Amino acid sequence: MIRPITLPLLVLALAGVLAMVISVGVGSVAISPADVLSVFLGEGSNLQRTLILELRLPRTLSAFATGGLLAVAGALMQVLLRNPLADPYVLGLSGGAAVGALLAMLAGLGGAVISGSAFAGALLATLMVFGLAHGTGSWTPSRLLLTGVVVAAGWGAVITLMLAISPARELPGMLYWLMGDVSYARIPWPGLGLLTVVCVLVVPLGRSLNVLARGPMQAAALGISVRPLEWLIYILASLLTATAVTMAGSIGFVGLVVPHMLRLVLGNDQRLILPACALAGGTLLVLADTLARVVIAPEQLPVGVITALLGVPTFLYLLYRSR
Amino acid sequence: MNAMQSRHMQTLSTRNLVIDIPGRADGYPLDLTIGSGQIWGVLGPNGAGKTTLLHTLAGLRPPRAGALYLDDVSVSGIKRRVFSQQLGLVFQDRQDGFPATVMETALIGRHPWLSPWQMEGADDLAMAQRALEALDVLHLKNRLVTTLSGGERQRVAIATLMTQSPHTWLLDEPTNHLDLHHQVAVMKLLTDRAAAGNAIFMCLHDLNLAARWCDHILLMYPNGEACWGPAERMLVPNALERLYNQQLATVEVDGAPFFVPKRV
Repeated sequence: MIRPITLPLLVLALAGVLAMVISVGVGSVAISPADVLSVFLGEGSNLQRTLILELRLPRTLSAFATGGLLAVAGALMQVLLRNPLADPYVLGLSGGAAVGALLAMLAGLGGAVISGSAFAGALLATLMVFGLAHGTGSWTPSRLLLTGVVVAAGWGAVITLMLAISPARELPGMLYWLMGDVSYARIPWPGLGLLTVVCVLVVPLGRSLNVLARGPMQAAALGISVRPLEWLIYILASLLTATAVTMAGSIGFVGLVVPHMLRLVLGNDQRLILPACALAGGTLLVLADTLARVVIAPEQLPVGVITALLGVPTFLYLLYRSR
Repeated sequence: MNAMQSRHMQTLSTRNLVIDIPGRADGYPLDLTIGSGQIWGVLGPNGAGKTTLLHTLAGLRPPRAGALYLDDVSVSGIKRRVFSQQLGLVFQDRQDGFPATVMETALIGRHPWLSPWQMEGADDLAMAQRALEALDVLHLKNRLVTTLSGGERQRVAIATLMTQSPHTWLLDEPTNHLDLHHQVAVMKLLTDRAAAGNAIFMCLHDLNLAARWCDHILLMYPNGEACWGPAERMLVPNALERLYNQQLATVEVDGAPFFVPKRV
């Protein structure tokens, strides 16, 4: 656990900034990194200023926030369930959000209502699993996992039903939402703010998470109040995921692949892994979104497709190479 | 942190403690005092409640009746974190589902000693190093715990307790999975800790390890009865034969009794 924590984080932060500079420079009108910098410093032409500050930067920042939130939520869920292969959606939260969003789309409502409805759906899904897993008996992570998986399957059925009965003209928008797409994300600040708060919380929380990862009995023997800590992680991870899903739909693989990759490279200290997840997850999604914009330009791909295509082989390679 | 004050040796005792074993009608009340420098061995057949007793003493399970005290203060009024500075436990089962290296595992022992915003310092690292060295697993410090053998994991668990450095050490079958040499090394280590003023309280399956290394013995019978006292008074063939429902032959080795099951 004792290792220089700042160096990997500095490298990742630098990578994040680079990715953002590239991301805002790439598009129908290419802008060189030097010009991007001059715009940030308050210079540059009017066209460049409008393109970067009003069109591209909000989308890039939204992508960064979404990726960071998903990766941190995934890392938290993995510790909570003591399962390195859990992801932020494992407990059915994205299903609830999707049903909320699709309902709003079916009703013919616009952007802000879709976001609000998705957030409400995510919170409903969280509360449902929370309440059902509590039940009448004792509460354990495996019971939470089972409840979540079954509830997720239920949401899946509802989503399929809604797609089947939806008018054809609504389908492309619905499918884009389901695959995850940041093109409509315009307000990055709530996501970025939440991400920052969690990264600050990580120092006191991180060591408790390290202990909890060794099992609830061991954690209790080392002075941790296990049940409250587990609820806190669950609520925090759900809030992060709900915010991310609201911004950009259900983007897969970031929450699974990023924490796992970082653990293989940086070890298992949550105080390093959680902020590293915020930076690396954000960077990955910014790059993926840049690719999604240019691969078949002027058409755009949903970014979820890119994260899956990038994430799966990288993950398999790292797993194959690991001890 | 006033380290000196919280390091003050606090003696764990029980008053009319009845452990909660599902399905057992009445438990026998225990009045134990686990004093500094003492090495306790808990003997009993499978299912007698040895592990339940250890978990109850560690405050992880509520007793059916009675209470635990550190000196004269009821344990129920002590914060968990402060309590775990005084008392630590090596579990019988490992729950190493999540990846961590040997060094990372040992360092979690420092958790009760650090304030929320504090990172492990050089002192903590040095304590973990010393503990891993004492248990002969320092060369494995960068290995993942999940890749170790059963005996190596057992030694890492004991090293974690040593890093935690509580006054009272509870150990559930500390010699499980250990080869003969490491069994003796671990018992020697525990003897040294007791000589340095710690209190040691462990469940053992091996009667002869108890006879050789423990100065106090608690016998737990399957019906819930229990008796305890100095080792030489407790380790008599009659009592042990009734405890295990097994005929024993006794020989003397190195001045200590050695018990061998008789052929049926």
